[in-house]
Amino acid sequence: MDFVDYYKILGINKTATEKDIKSAYRKLARKYHPDLNPDYKDANRKFQQINEANEVLSDPEKRKKYDQYGKDWQHADEYEKQKQYERQSATSGRQRFSGGQSESDFSDFFENLFGGSAGTGRSRQAQYRGEDFKAELQLNLIDAYKTQKQTLTVNGKKIRITIPAGIENGQTIKIPGHGGPGRNNGPKGDLYITFSIADHTRIKRLGDNLYTTVDLDLYTAVLGGEITIDTLDGQVKLKVAPETQNGSKIKLKGKGFPVYKNEGHFGVLFVTWNIKIPTNLTDKQKELFTELSKS
Amino acid sequence: MQTEYLVDVNEFCASHNIEISFISSLQQNGLIEIQTIDKNGFIVVDQLPQVEKFIRFYYELDINIEGIEAISHLLDRIRSMHDEIIVLRNRLRLYEQSI
Repeated sequence: MDFVDYYKILGINKTATEKDIKSAYRKLARKYHPDLNPDYKDANRKFQQINEANEVLSDPEKRKKYDQYGKDWQHADEYEKQKQYERQSATSGRQRFSGGQSESDFSDFFENLFGGSAGTGRSRQAQYRGEDFKAELQLNLIDAYKTQKQTLTVNGKKIRITIPAGIENGQTIKIPGHGGPGRNNGPKGDLYITFSIADHTRIKRLGDNLYTTVDLDLYTAVLGGEITIDTLDGQVKLKVAPETQNGSKIKLKGKGFPVYKNEGHFGVLFVTWNIKIPTNLTDKQKELFTELSKS
Repeated sequence: MQTEYLVDVNEFCASHNIEISFISSLQQNGLIEIQTIDKNGFIVVDQLPQVEKFIRFYYELDINIEGIEAISHLLDRIRSMHDEIIVLRNRLRLYEQSI
């Protein structure tokens, strides 16, 4: 475990008074509190550091040990006992005190040291919410079209989540209580999943509406007819009006994307006609076109 | 008919070790809604995360009720702007693809 400079974390010097510590803590806690920084990934970690620094420096006894022993201050009591034992035994076979603690993260360190908690702010025991976890989940446009259940593994635990149809690319959903553990019986953090929805090759999405371009042969465009197109909901047969212009659009209500958390409601599918001019015309066809152009 | 889950204000305050007057202040400032049944106050379960957030503001950060109100409005604005950014980003993606 690396030495953590609590004075540096709170931005104060070693001669800081209790009032200075309290003031520095309040200022930083307000700046980095996770509730006030919903989209700032580092806020939770910084907030935990600030809390930890405050817990140590605002307690005169802990602060004294920290000032005296620096890096090894958390073992101050054991260290003192060891020194006393060494003095009493006065033997030559000196034992050097070794950390004896495996490398652990910030929170383990914190819990091991203090167990209980110190009060902060108004008269209420300080409980700290666990760290929020963030994850990204990739979906295809077709996956996002229907409500689906997925099983994710978070910190070795399997959790089953329901992804409502119509979820937006870049949208984040919160799974409460699946983040890191809280401190001093504080609540667990939350899990935030941001969705990255891959594009569809032919159908584009904008909000609840879908956009597609469909090729139409010249003869159907001129004379009218029927054409079958692909939608995310399967194939749809459409009537093509005679004299349909290139680039013109039709709207298919209810064939768009599902409206998020609004079951049974769908956006609009916009179909843009792309009229294909025939190529490799035969002499006879050219003749007919020439005749048409003169009529 | 949809079932609404309610939490007794007294029990909520006891479990969070907070004063009932704090919850009353939140209600008086329109930050939360309290339902009264047989003279007892209840909080709708859906509101709990929000209430717990206000508790953290007040008890951990020493932010008064007026401050909580201001922060709450600003956070709502951030959230709606964030949603707008997502929509605009996706619209931009659509136009960039069509170029």
